[in-house]
Amino acid sequence: MRTRLTGWGRTAGSLAELTTPTSEDEVANALGAPAVIARGLGRSYGDAAQVSGGLVLDNRGLDAIAPIGPDGLVTLGAGVSIDDLLAVAIPQGWFVPVTPGTRRVSIGGAVAADVHGKNHHVDGSFAHHVRAMRLVTPSGVHELSPEREPALFWATFGAMGLTGVVSEVTLQLLAIESDQVLVDTDRYDDLDAVMAAMVEGDARYRYSVAWVDCMARGRRMGRSILTRGDHAGSSDLTEATRVAPRGARLAVPFSAPPGLLNPVTITAFNELWFRAAPRHRVGEAHSISSFFHPLDGLRDWNRLYGPRGFVQYQFAVPDDGAEAVVTAISRLSASRVPSFLAVLKRFGDADPAPLSFPQPGWTLALDLPVGPAALAPLLDELDELVVAARGRVYLAKDARLAPSTVRAMYPRLAEFAALADTIDPEHHLTSDLARRLRLREG
Amino acid sequence: MENAFGQPQNVVVLGGSSDIARALVKKLCAARTHTVVLAGRNQDLLDQAAAEARDYGATTTHTVLFEATEPLDAARAVAVCFEVMGEPVDLVIEAVGLLGKQLEYEDDPTMAATMAVVNYAWPVAALAEVRRRLVAQGHGRILVLSSVAAIRVRRISYLYSGAKAGLDRLCDGLADSLEGTGVTLQIVRPGFVRSKMTTGEPEIPFTTGVNEVAENILRGLASGQRVIWSPPILRYVFFALRHLPAPLWRKVANR
Repeated sequence: MRTRLTGWGRTAGSLAELTTPTSEDEVANALGAPAVIARGLGRSYGDAAQVSGGLVLDNRGLDAIAPIGPDGLVTLGAGVSIDDLLAVAIPQGWFVPVTPGTRRVSIGGAVAADVHGKNHHVDGSFAHHVRAMRLVTPSGVHELSPEREPALFWATFGAMGLTGVVSEVTLQLLAIESDQVLVDTDRYDDLDAVMAAMVEGDARYRYSVAWVDCMARGRRMGRSILTRGDHAGSSDLTEATRVAPRGARLAVPFSAPPGLLNPVTITAFNELWFRAAPRHRVGEAHSISSFFHPLDGLRDWNRLYGPRGFVQYQFAVPDDGAEAVVTAISRLSASRVPSFLAVLKRFGDADPAPLSFPQPGWTLALDLPVGPAALAPLLDELDELVVAARGRVYLAKDARLAPSTVRAMYPRLAEFAALADTIDPEHHLTSDLARRLRLREG
Repeated sequence: MENAFGQPQNVVVLGGSSDIARALVKKLCAARTHTVVLAGRNQDLLDQAAAEARDYGATTTHTVLFEATEPLDAARAVAVCFEVMGEPVDLVIEAVGLLGKQLEYEDDPTMAATMAVVNYAWPVAALAEVRRRLVAQGHGRILVLSSVAAIRVRRISYLYSGAKAGLDRLCDGLADSLEGTGVTLQIVRPGFVRSKMTTGEPEIPFTTGVNEVAENILRGLASGQRVIWSPPILRYVFFALRHLPAPLWRKVANR
């Protein structure tokens, strides 16, 4: 039966056959379909994990977790979620080396999007911690590692599933002594101040992220809350527990009416959020879920955006393009296009993956409800700004880029497409994202 | 593919030289549309519309000829449009229409039938084929140009308006039939529009230009509303007009 699929932003849905393979053989058979793409937990915001009229492989059937080795190496099925992994790993004193803002992503999805976390400036993206993986392609199963078929290994990170279906990943975990994070929080009244603080001090912390109020205008434009921290050692706490985060206690039961999130409600929310944060606090213990995954406490929160959904606009620019961050926030603030949960972060070194998103410098992510007529042209303007700064937009978040813009943002796309052709000459692997941005055409 | 803002990349226009369709295609091309297939009966006008689309950013255009007096040819015309596109079609604009000369045609059974065929039978046949293809594809949008005239038929244009009324009501059911298929249908009800179709007709209140209609359609594509009124206030005006007693309606309609 055909199922309607959308990304997390709940925009531009399409129908496809859905199948849940439980072995590499079943994946290999499914790859004979004319148009096929893998899907994990559907946390890409746009159209990456759907293919209109084609076949979507739900990777959740690949759910094995092998015992964690004494060196912290673990081999996992690609359909295992970070949530599942943490449930096993935390009690044994291990943590995922990189986690995005939600635990509800599959390991296969983490590879496909080459996800980053609050520690990118220190630890790099997900690819940096993968020691080996198995990739099922139309030309057979490839065992990949940085040493074995390195070109295909790297090309798979950030490729949004277009090199094949990852079946198994061997990941290096991070040793932790407790389930707590010691966090320093600071409030800044404008953007320049928070950016200066991040440039100066981020190197002292494993984790760092700033939340920016894009609704504040005038002198308070870009006021921010900066939270930075690291895992608490057993000596930092009176009692060092290692308990896995529990599931969401609250859920959004149905799609909100259109317009619930509007400039008025978002401005009010941002005001409360800003005021609730301490001006300066040091060494406060936070749980893993409240520090890394605050939104996981509210299941199906994307329904708050109503039937028309929302887009997330996330871009990265090098340090000498930092002005683009300031300009983006001021244009957004001036246009009164509502946005909350704008997240600002510094990126460290990029990995050698041709389509991986992170590059050294800054990244800003904005959640924007679909609705205001000014939004589409505004984001097109921001694209130009990002290209001019030699930056790029994150494909895992995208639902609206144009094919020509992507080529300017990812200059190695042609190289990627040529490599993808060698393992899939007939272009079985495609998605609505790939069709929209012509990613298989180079 | 269509993006999050309802901006399509691949567009087929049935009735490609219609002024409203041309104004809309220009705006679509200025956003994300890169391939446009224009189908109609006048090659010169289609070529003009195609050149215009390219000026506004389309990278590829094709033209297809058909006669809207031959509904049994509609499936072929639609098939050719989809085949020359060669990729999934994101949006089909059904803009075929003939205002005709009411007073000359109303006592002429042949012309009366022609009005019904061009404004109703051909579009219905074409939509059947469009529906089949888009549903197989798993996504897509259909935009049908109706008219406020379909909501309450005026004596001065009943051949045109009556056929549009049939099409408009049919599309309501057709749109319901598409629930859960990934395909959606939206009905456009413009008021009086200054265009080559209405040259010489007296203007009435709420008259707009084609650009304004196109702008309202773009907003409607983004919001996904079932019926797109242009200007939007006509939704309320026609709610009132629809319920006017007949003698009063005749007075209003004949002004």
